[in-house]
Amino acid sequence: MANNTSHTTEYRVLGKILLLLMFLTFLTISVTSYDLGAFTVTIALLIAGVKAFMVMSYFMHLKHENLLLRILVAMIFVLFAVIVLITFIDYAYR
Amino acid sequence: MSEAKIHVEEHRDDEASKLGMWLFIFTELLLFGGLFLVYSIYRAEYPDNFREGSLELSVTIGAVNTIALLFSSMTIAMALTAMQKNNKKLAIQMIAVTLFMALVFLVNKYFEWGHKIEAGLYPGSTLMSLLDRGHLLYFSLYFFMTGLHALHIIIGMVLLFICLFKVRNETIHNQKYVLLENSALYWHLVDLIWIFLFPLMYLIS
Repeated sequence: MANNTSHTTEYRVLGKILLLLMFLTFLTISVTSYDLGAFTVTIALLIAGVKAFMVMSYFMHLKHENLLLRILVAMIFVLFAVIVLITFIDYAYR
Repeated sequence: MSEAKIHVEEHRDDEASKLGMWLFIFTELLLFGGLFLVYSIYRAEYPDNFREGSLELSVTIGAVNTIALLFSSMTIAMALTAMQKNNKKLAIQMIAVTLFMALVFLVNKYFEWGHKIEAGLYPGSTLMSLLDRGHLLYFSLYFFMTGLHALHIIIGMVLLFICLFKVRNETIHNQKYVLLENSALYWHLVDLIWIFLFPLMYLIS
């Protein structure tokens, strides 16, 4: 049977991930309250990226999913990055 | 003629259902991705107006909503773990907690939006049409993106309600929980989008 192959994540692990996510949220709030110029956006987006990675790896079980799905998810983010890059190049040099 | 032995097997493929859900999640990511792209282009064009706009939003409400969503994301993941461990009671409790957190989020959003609408700031209002272009873009994007996100919260709640009843009457059980798994994935997507919406709309000022 190919069914029910999903990985079971222990409650303890889920709890730890939540604590980490909460900590990163407070970190974002405290970091952005200082005026760091252009770095503020970069730092906020970096922390958001780490949070998104944790949610996808542990809450969405991607860490234990098959390779095909993990590659697909990675490709979507690569695709989005390419779209952003091309659009910004277009805006910068038109 | 001997009797034909008919073996009836249920047609289902959980792995494929999950892949299908992920493909749908990809379209959702690109939908919100497109909006984030619009946001970043206009933010680059009107940095001061966007900064002033985000000062109008309450960081406290945004932070409370962030915590509510992160917490609900953990509880729905726990509901799935409970289902896998055949703990029906805990699964039901965890789905209920998730739904409660979703409600907290929506009530918060109601007060946040209500406050703005009372002040005359809503899409199509006279006040909004008098704003200069950068402010107008910021608040239009704010209402559209948080509104679309709130719509996803409501859809997620409907899915979780269905799961709650199906776990109760044991249509979802220890050997067949892919609906709960896919609804949980949808709920995590809602959380994922908010992880980016919160700093971009509320914090960067």
